[in-house]
Amino acid sequence: MNTIILKTASKYLLPLLLLFSIFVLLRGHYLPGGGFVGGLIAAIAFVLHAFANGLENTQQLMRIHPGFLMPVGLLISAISGMAPMLLNKPFMTGLWKSDPVPVIGSLGSALFFDIGVYLVVIGATLTILFTISETR
Amino acid sequence: MIAHIVIWPILLPLITAIVLMFFWNNSRIQRVLSTVGHGLTFISSFWLAMRTFNGDILTLTPGNWPAPFGIIFVADALSGMLVLLASLSAFAVCVFSIVSIGKGRAGFGFFPILQLLLMGLNGSFLAGDIFNLYVWFEVIIISSFVLITLGSEKAQLEGAIKYVTMNLLASVIFLTGIAMLYGLLGSLNLADLSIKISESNDHGLINIAAVLLLVGFGIKSAIFPMYFWLPASYHTPPAAVSAIFGGLLTKVGVYAMIRVFSLLFIEDEFIRNMLIILAVCSMIIGALGAIVQQNMRKIFSFLIISHIGFMIGGLGLFTPLAILGMVFYLFHDIVAKTNAFLISGLIFKLRGSFRLENLGGLYNRYPFLSIMFALALFSLVGTPPLSGFWPKLFLLQASFADLNWWLIGGIVAASFLTLIAVVRIWLAAFWKKHPDYEAAKKRIVWYDLPRYQKIILLVPIAILTGASLFMGLNAAYIADVCELVYTQISQPQTYIDAVLTNQSNIP
Repeated sequence: MNTIILKTASKYLLPLLLLFSIFVLLRGHYLPGGGFVGGLIAAIAFVLHAFANGLENTQQLMRIHPGFLMPVGLLISAISGMAPMLLNKPFMTGLWKSDPVPVIGSLGSALFFDIGVYLVVIGATLTILFTISETR
Repeated sequence: MIAHIVIWPILLPLITAIVLMFFWNNSRIQRVLSTVGHGLTFISSFWLAMRTFNGDILTLTPGNWPAPFGIIFVADALSGMLVLLASLSAFAVCVFSIVSIGKGRAGFGFFPILQLLLMGLNGSFLAGDIFNLYVWFEVIIISSFVLITLGSEKAQLEGAIKYVTMNLLASVIFLTGIAMLYGLLGSLNLADLSIKISESNDHGLINIAAVLLLVGFGIKSAIFPMYFWLPASYHTPPAAVSAIFGGLLTKVGVYAMIRVFSLLFIEDEFIRNMLIILAVCSMIIGALGAIVQQNMRKIFSFLIISHIGFMIGGLGLFTPLAILGMVFYLFHDIVAKTNAFLISGLIFKLRGSFRLENLGGLYNRYPFLSIMFALALFSLVGTPPLSGFWPKLFLLQASFADLNWWLIGGIVAASFLTLIAVVRIWLAAFWKKHPDYEAAKKRIVWYDLPRYQKIILLVPIAILTGASLFMGLNAAYIADVCELVYTQISQPQTYIDAVLTNQSNIP
């Protein structure tokens, strides 16, 4: 799509949407949101960019292949699940920092699990969409 | 870390799969690491199984939520043995696929998905919560969808469509059953459900839920009226994939049936009779299907259906001896079926075809190999010292003690027909002279393989044949385990106590 409006808008929308996706990710523990929705929003940001500027430009912008985010995300999630086992607690027990951190709120192993989900969702969605649009 | 042994057989395949994904484009490293991962999983499963054979029921609550509220993993002797056998079969299949799975399939993630399939299998054997069981079923189904379509050959896609449709339908029915139970009783934990069902007066609705679960698990384990998807799909993927499918996927359905019909829906005459009728029908029809097929893998697919009948029949009788025979049969069948499919894959490599009319002359050329294959094939039939003999003996004794003539007739007829099917394979592939050796020679890949690859292909078959021989010759030990399984199954109270009251949990 070669409209100048979309091109210009996507330049500003990409960082905004990414910021919003992180906001949704962090808000997810007690309120609607979380890694899955956050990841989808982040994926949409890149898809919009690809619509406006072409797939090659977006891939250049991302630098890494989105598929690489899947094992990274899975690894973060798995480690956050296994971390309590080092403290001799069952798998996936929530570990929480006692005092809340400014901006983020209370910090716990659940957040890292969600960050992992976030990355896996971005990776999977973008891999699917990029593969579809590559083989025209 | 040792106290978490219940979860290691689930976590290790997951960790291995993640590590393998980092080497997405390097199939050589994937082959090595995958084997290492399967080896580690096998060691941890062995450890877990040995601990459960003492008679303890080990539990672990992920997230540290107490049992009826959070999910729980439970390992009793049945789960322990099944996890052990699943890990053993997966290890054997992985070693076989080092050579037999080409770069094309490995490049699209065969090895990580195989790990995830094992994770799903171990998870469903250990789940102590019926919804969690459903989730593990989904993990199995999704990974098996990928495995069955990987390579995108025309036949594969055709088989996959039948497989996918029927299994999704089964999941929907299973989920409906769960929803009914949850709506009626407000719990999903198996132990908690067991208590609530025995206290409930709503027998009509609970029986409907039981039948829904029976149909759902029945489709998955391919019993009589719901079996047709299995022979239509299991012969399409590569031999390594059909081996793990044939060995383990249907058995998960049987396991779920054992769990549900021993723990939740106890002493229901209607369902017991229905199970026996379905069992006899599956035995006979599966075996009849097997003797008319020409494709080796189709023969084994039909034999799966027939042999699932033996297990369901034992579950229907539910006498101590019948349960002993059924559980023994389940253990034997996992090893024997995986081995049978691997052997069919190896015969394909040796002769270039799966069809009986294009095979021949194997005994003449490879006498020692043929004897090893014979041990594996005839353990399917139940020739005396081999592993298939004891469970059939127990099941026959149990049906005679109960004077259940249907089951006696079914077992005898199905065993006889199985013998015919296996003898047909033996005659056609091993004794008969090869019909057209010169023409077939071009399709035979065996001669081009380097020596170490030939050995890698033979090792898994030797391992599984060894396991089968161990079960047959050391039957007293396996029978002890099966007896322990019976005592645990027949007294749901021990399971309930282990899950709800004295959780052997980490503080």
